Amino acid sequence: MELNNVLGFPILSVATFLPTVGALLIWLLVKNETMVRWSALAFSIATFIVTLPLIFSFDRTTSHMQFEEFHHWIPAFNINYQLGVDGISMPFIVLTGLLIVICIISAWQCIQTRVKEYMIAFLILETTLIGVFSALDAILFYFFWEAMLIPMYLIIGVWGGKNRIYATLKFFLYTLAGSVLMLVALLAMHFEAGGTFSMLAFMDYPFDFTWQFWIFIAFFVAFAVKVPMWPVHTWLPDAHTEAPTAGSVILAGILLKMGAYGYLRFSLPMLPDASQYFAPMMIGLSLVAIVYISLVAMMQRDMKRLIAYSSIAHMGFVTLGTFVFTQQALEGAVINMISHGFVAAALFLCVGVMYDRLHSREIADYGGVANVMPVFAAVMLVFSMANVALPGSSAFIGEIMVLIGTFAADPMALSVSAKWIAIAAAISVVLSACYTLWMYKRVIMGDLVKDTVRSMPDMSLREFGIFVPLIVLTVWVGFYPVPVLDLLHESVAHLIDQSTTSKLDAAAAILEHATASHAAAH
Amino acid sequence: MVLEATEMTLNTTELLAIPLLPLLGALTAGLFGWFLKERLSHIITSGSVILAAILSVHVFLQVLDGAEFYGNFWTWIASGDLVVQIGMMIDPLTTIMMMTVTVVSACVHIYTIGYMHGDPGYARFFSYISAFTFSMLVLVMGNSFFTLFFGWEAVGLFSYLLIGFWFKRDSANKAAMKAFIVNRVGDFGFAIGILAVWYYFGTVDYREVFAQVQGLVASGSTMSFLGWEMDTITFICLALFVGAMGKSGQVPLHVWLPDSMEGPTPISALIHAATMVTAGVFMVARLSPMFEYSEVALAAVVIVGAITAFMCATIGLVQNDIKRVIAYSTCSQLGYMFVACGVSAYSAGIFHLMTHAYFKALLFLAAGSVIHAVMSNQDIRKMGQLRKYMPITYITMLLAGLALAGIPPFAGYYSKDLIIEATYARGMGWTSEIAYYALMSGVFMTAFYTFRMFFLTFHNSDRVPAATKSHLHESPWVITLPLVILAVGAVVAGYWGYHYMNMADEVIVDGYFRNSIFVMDAHNSIAMLEMLEEDHTQSHFWLEYGAFVLAVLGILTATLMYFKETKVPAAIAKTFRPIHTFLYNKWYWDELYDFLFVRPIQKLGQFFWQTGDLRLIDKGMIHGGIIGTVKNGAAMLKNIQSGMVYHYAYAMVIGVFGLLTYLMLNA
Repeated sequence: MELNNVLGFPILSVATFLPTVGALLIWLLVKNETMVRWSALAFSIATFIVTLPLIFSFDRTTSHMQFEEFHHWIPAFNINYQLGVDGISMPFIVLTGLLIVICIISAWQCIQTRVKEYMIAFLILETTLIGVFSALDAILFYFFWEAMLIPMYLIIGVWGGKNRIYATLKFFLYTLAGSVLMLVALLAMHFEAGGTFSMLAFMDYPFDFTWQFWIFIAFFVAFAVKVPMWPVHTWLPDAHTEAPTAGSVILAGILLKMGAYGYLRFSLPMLPDASQYFAPMMIGLSLVAIVYISLVAMMQRDMKRLIAYSSIAHMGFVTLGTFVFTQQALEGAVINMISHGFVAAALFLCVGVMYDRLHSREIADYGGVANVMPVFAAVMLVFSMANVALPGSSAFIGEIMVLIGTFAADPMALSVSAKWIAIAAAISVVLSACYTLWMYKRVIMGDLVKDTVRSMPDMSLREFGIFVPLIVLTVWVGFYPVPVLDLLHESVAHLIDQSTTSKLDAAAAILEHATASHAAAH
Repeated sequence: MVLEATEMTLNTTELLAIPLLPLLGALTAGLFGWFLKERLSHIITSGSVILAAILSVHVFLQVLDGAEFYGNFWTWIASGDLVVQIGMMIDPLTTIMMMTVTVVSACVHIYTIGYMHGDPGYARFFSYISAFTFSMLVLVMGNSFFTLFFGWEAVGLFSYLLIGFWFKRDSANKAAMKAFIVNRVGDFGFAIGILAVWYYFGTVDYREVFAQVQGLVASGSTMSFLGWEMDTITFICLALFVGAMGKSGQVPLHVWLPDSMEGPTPISALIHAATMVTAGVFMVARLSPMFEYSEVALAAVVIVGAITAFMCATIGLVQNDIKRVIAYSTCSQLGYMFVACGVSAYSAGIFHLMTHAYFKALLFLAAGSVIHAVMSNQDIRKMGQLRKYMPITYITMLLAGLALAGIPPFAGYYSKDLIIEATYARGMGWTSEIAYYALMSGVFMTAFYTFRMFFLTFHNSDRVPAATKSHLHESPWVITLPLVILAVGAVVAGYWGYHYMNMADEVIVDGYFRNSIFVMDAHNSIAMLEMLEEDHTQSHFWLEYGAFVLAVLGILTATLMYFKETKVPAAIAKTFRPIHTFLYNKWYWDELYDFLFVRPIQKLGQFFWQTGDLRLIDKGMIHGGIIGTVKNGAAMLKNIQSGMVYHYAYAMVIGVFGLLTYLMLNA
């Protein structure tokens, strides 16, 4: 088997397992808490640096998987250790690398109990996240997908807020329920596709419609929980509110992307006919997310809950862009995912900065923060405006591309004219402004009336420093998204091709062939 | 219609410098204001904007000689067929906007040095107004719908930041938020317009779009809207026009503009009078090659403009806040500009935009000078006789008032008269007829409320509170100098534009605007006007002098009622109590919106949250359904959570693989 890896070096494995190695070393060797922090930071930075060649050596002219690795894992069941990335998955690996560094720095002071376990949890989490985005074997993917729950569960359950037990339980049950169905679906595909677990083989195998139909439903549930889509979204606000700041950052920044990534990697290319069939439903749910969830967000009294709802609404744009099958919408969806990784992560960090000072997430406990924290107010303004998708922010690029791609979508595939879908989604222009600015007004603006707020010091250099890369990236992608889009073009074009090419004829041919050879055998 | 390539082009570096200089100033003052302190902050920002103004005038002169520029600088977005370039299109329409924006902005910068002196947010303020200037320049200089939208949103952002500049004041914060959200309602339309433009034309570049409009119209393409079939071009124009309505404070999206007066006065002059709010008018004129092909869209522009012109003038009659009177006047005057565009007298609309920018900025800055003198009081009932203390402010405001009222030879006379006459001549049926009467009655009201405010401030009886008395003084030169500069504009801009610049030529291409504005022959209202006036079989007295007579009557009425303290105003208010209350409460738009949108939407959000998420999904689906059935399992999980989480985690992984193995072995 020819492996496409220009580096000639297992970069994905290194990126995946370097954090685990770090976690092990810290567990075994490091005693002192300060040293734990520094060594965790060192390993996260090292991992981030390892991921960078993925961008610089990436071949933008092909949709093929790159940096591939292949080893037999469990030959008896044809399970292989197969890694590789394309333009869709690669950016998320780098983003993971960056956000974990930010998470570790952001927890520098606010985590004082079980520091070692905390850092280990984050490093292991990094392994599972990078693993999910690089796996090309369904079982390997599933392994990382499930394993990720453990550190995340611990992060919320151990270092979370007052209601953390309820939140972790809800988080766990929801995602587990989805995952079980996914496992069933993977096994079903395995047997139907002739005993392989290769995701690429699943993409090529012509499943007939009935198979596609049921497998799509199983995947739909698994991924919808993760996105999350209405009506299986209610675990997210709880998980976010109870999670420590860094937990929210990684949850919003990366974990939410995995559901949408699942649709892009599994549902669309493997089940094109079912994807087309279910597209109206997916679009409908996306619109519900955009409108219903935005209205719910508006009424929130807890900042983290508000941003969590806002995340769900933004993910509505991602799922919308995924299921209209146009180049612009799909690229917009991916840009939206990346952008949301900057913006939502930064907004949760903002809340974290305030929480560290007042130990409250209630909007009503704040007001007039700008008086005492002008620098912080400016930083939060940048991300509030990005959350509103103002041009010049990365979110604008994502949203306008999804809207443009939706407007131009082929109306034949949908029961309603795609134009009206785009117009309905564009309501977000107004709603996102409502909930974001209203929160900003109540928290940041206004006179100083509360003594507690009066005593809030402005951000430290460390706190400010973690926002700098996120500001730079948000604005950079906002003004010059072309390099990022270049990464996507080929992979997305290929994906559009896959998801709009019916597998049914080929499936019928196989059936015919099977029947014919069966008859011939007799 | 298609803009042809020109032989003469402009210097790219110079063109780029015009928006980038203010941006650089803004970034410097914004990031290093703490270090630069007041003096350096204002020198850097004002200096860069003044330089941009000088360059703009230079470009203006070159374009006057026939130069034009069209070019792209970099690719913003590229995906499949979607290619969005960032570039510039410089033609007469652009340069008149550039010059207006930078000159007014430069005046406002200088004025701000005096006005904001000692404010804790001094550098921040300069940073914002310079950044605003940059955004506005992008808006007018861009060559595609995306650059227009970029500038559009950016000016909205800085408008938001500047209205809420005094963020300690709750009313300012509310007004800022309201401005942003109402503008976003307009932007919703704008965004849909852009989507449709790209879908139907396959490009967002002005030139390429304009070149295809005729083809689209000829193809008979239609779109159904709520079961109502309309031409595609009409749909696109109406959607875009919704954006223009939001930005330019047109009914029913005007509610934010009067409230924006919560911001410091210099920005009321710059953003909420002279430049940003005129972006909608600019948009319609810029897109004249599209609007011209949609009778429905043009009629909508006329109607919306006429209603706004009339309604906001009536509200202005009874307001007591000096800035609010001028703000309603701005809404109303913007209505005039839209009517001009709607009757295809785009050149008259832009001409009025330019003259209005000078005299309205002047009115605001003069009002600011007054407010400064009377220690931040804005209630004209507590002013009076101020002319004794501030002669320069008094004279300049008088000039601005005369210009606004439309008294020759001041600036407003030329442009406003032209709009009214063109509306009369256009003959679009009932739409332009209604508009004509709305504008004519607006002339009387404009003259009246302007001089009501003027007399109550500078004449009438002295009602200044004793405590403020000792503080009364003329403002320093940094404040009065911009007043004088703008006063020159308020006096001569009309004459200059009409006679020297030929801004109202009946053949557009022969006049100032050349190819930058497109008017169909059948719509050319200014040519129709010429023909009407050449027809000597009828008397044209009312057409030619009607507006002037009404303006004089308005001023006379105001003089009778307010020059000296009389009992007439109170008596009138008492006699017509219901009407007065209705106008004083601004036709109850805020209350209506509160009832129609704000409260229902909050209720809906609350319902979705409490009933949808918490009761139905969480309690019903999860607790009742899933958790109920796995109750035992949950109880077990609870036990495990007390410290032995690692065990559980491992158990899960093992479990997963156990399940996996089991399934595979059984296969």
